[in-house]
Amino acid sequence: MSSATATLGVPAADTPPSGESLRERFGGIVESIAIPLGALLVAMGLFGLFMFVIGKDPLQVYRLIYKGGFSSAFAWQNTLQRGAPLILTALCVALPAQAGLIIIGGEGALVLGALAAAVTGHALDGSATLVVQIGMALAGMVAGGLWIALAGGLRQYRGVNETISSLLLTYIAIAVFNQLVEGPLRDPASLNKPSTMPIGDANMIGSIPGLDVHWGLVYGIVFCVLSYGLVRFTTPGFAVRVVGGNVRAARLVGLPVGALVLGACFLGGAAAGLAGMVEVAAVHGTANASLIAGYGYAGILVAFIARHNALAIVPVAILLGGINASGGMLQRHLDLPDATVLVLQGIAFMTILASETLYGRWQGRGH
Amino acid sequence: MDSGLGWLGVPLAVVGGALRVSTPFLFVSLGECLTEKSGRINLGLEGVLVMGAMTGYAVSYYTGSPWLGVLGAGFAGLLLGVLHALICNLPRVNDIAVGIGLMLFGTGLAFFLGKPFVQPSAPLLHAIEFGAWSDSTQIRSALRVNPLFIGGILLALSMHWAFRNTRWGMVVRMVGDSADAARAMGYSVNRVRLMATACGSFFAGVGGAFLSLYYPGSWNEGLSSGQGLMAVALVIFARWRPIACFWAALLFGGAAALGPALQSVGVTGGYYLFNAAPYVLTLAIMIATCSPHRTLAGAPGELSVTK
Repeated sequence: MSSATATLGVPAADTPPSGESLRERFGGIVESIAIPLGALLVAMGLFGLFMFVIGKDPLQVYRLIYKGGFSSAFAWQNTLQRGAPLILTALCVALPAQAGLIIIGGEGALVLGALAAAVTGHALDGSATLVVQIGMALAGMVAGGLWIALAGGLRQYRGVNETISSLLLTYIAIAVFNQLVEGPLRDPASLNKPSTMPIGDANMIGSIPGLDVHWGLVYGIVFCVLSYGLVRFTTPGFAVRVVGGNVRAARLVGLPVGALVLGACFLGGAAAGLAGMVEVAAVHGTANASLIAGYGYAGILVAFIARHNALAIVPVAILLGGINASGGMLQRHLDLPDATVLVLQGIAFMTILASETLYGRWQGRGH
Repeated sequence: MDSGLGWLGVPLAVVGGALRVSTPFLFVSLGECLTEKSGRINLGLEGVLVMGAMTGYAVSYYTGSPWLGVLGAGFAGLLLGVLHALICNLPRVNDIAVGIGLMLFGTGLAFFLGKPFVQPSAPLLHAIEFGAWSDSTQIRSALRVNPLFIGGILLALSMHWAFRNTRWGMVVRMVGDSADAARAMGYSVNRVRLMATACGSFFAGVGGAFLSLYYPGSWNEGLSSGQGLMAVALVIFARWRPIACFWAALLFGGAAALGPALQSVGVTGGYYLFNAAPYVLTLAIMIATCSPHRTLAGAPGELSVTK
């Protein structure tokens, strides 16, 4: 088990001995920035090669990705808007990973969180706006949190592989979502696109002043900072990392392993559920099939690139948001299918995983 | 429904559906069984399945021969399997994580390359009519069996035999149970796992061709929704035994056929919930068969998924 988290990319819980040299300390930091960056560059190169093979000009593809994602204030706003849900769904992978679990069911937690938020928002409509918004956020977080905690509990108490179960739970969540949205929870007024009752314009969470970006981005960043603090600087956070590093050692020193695993999964699911709430309360105003947009899957990639570091998730999610934002431009200008972005993401995922093998080579100490 | 079987049509449609729907489950689970026997898990067979479906359809469209399509699908799967194995062969790389990556990569690539094939219709595989003696259209459609299904049965039997009686089968099992023992015997663990993953992915690719070239028999982006992943779970349920994989695949095929079968007799209420039956069944089976306290009987010793 001890090597499991090393390969998961979570830094080990044991703090290095105090006598470590500067080279060792900074070697680690340099590595954890340089290797993912290098892997992403290789991915861009391979993607360019792929574009070249199918007869497109790679340089033009790169230019369009930059133009669509990062060149103007408008592009940046689009990018940030798309990055916001990825920040939260990436936490759904990164937080359970601290306890040594590979959870990939963020999509399911997102749709159920969205559904819970939409129902709560409609039910509370008429109360003070703040009450409605807090109610929606709590409902979304609890729904998403319980869903992922279920996968964690199955792992902890039944030995069911959490990677498989969390993805199965996603398919089940989407089935439940569709059943409810097209059945008992359907707004009779939604004709072509079955949706739940709208939460009401007054209850939308709106944009950050001066920007055309909704508050979901701030929610995500705050959630990341709090998660980082929790994992790095608190005793429960340390205990979770011990569980992730060596579950047998954690049992020996009497840590409540079950509670820690469930807690990490609940928080991760809560983040994805909050992403669902944000999509409802900032973008759609209701829960419908548009929510099933693959944010949960893109979040897995974000978490792996960020090596499950909550602070690193923010820039990585924004980067990926920018790449996603440029998808439309690639479609219009180069007549590329919308799955182009998926190919780039897939290549990036493979190079990032392959780059895991490079860690520990320049730190001067053998792993 | 045209003939008067009424509610009796439901179990019949489930049986027929099991025969029809189980084939992709069977191929993917046999492929995964082979890979896992060598001590490595390939969660990416979902991506391989989709890529196989797309390639099979495209090759059949261009060559006019669905069987060449099946072969092409197998080779597309093989390439993805080699990719998985090569990355996993690097030290310190987690096979489950690579599987997740392959799942996203395979589906993304298939959606990208498959865009031009959503509209045109390619020649499909033909079925063998075992129900030709009957007047009832329902019985005839239930007993319409694809040759690939029979091929899958033969594959299960031959894998069962090969694991026990051939040098290759023994080597794969040894590598899966104890890499150290295999190294001591002079076998390259990574090379054996590369072969096992590549062959396993070949089978999964063939399973994908069944989806696009027989049932449902067209290529679109919603073709597979988790069959590849369920087949991976199914191998655990089957305890890494190829013959048990066959029975498990039939069970899953039946579960997947329940929704459409009920719909055909007019039960449309819980459409989405009935279609989720295979996922629920998979989860229930995993809960029932796994245990936190002991390793599973029959599990290859090197396998990380059961640790």
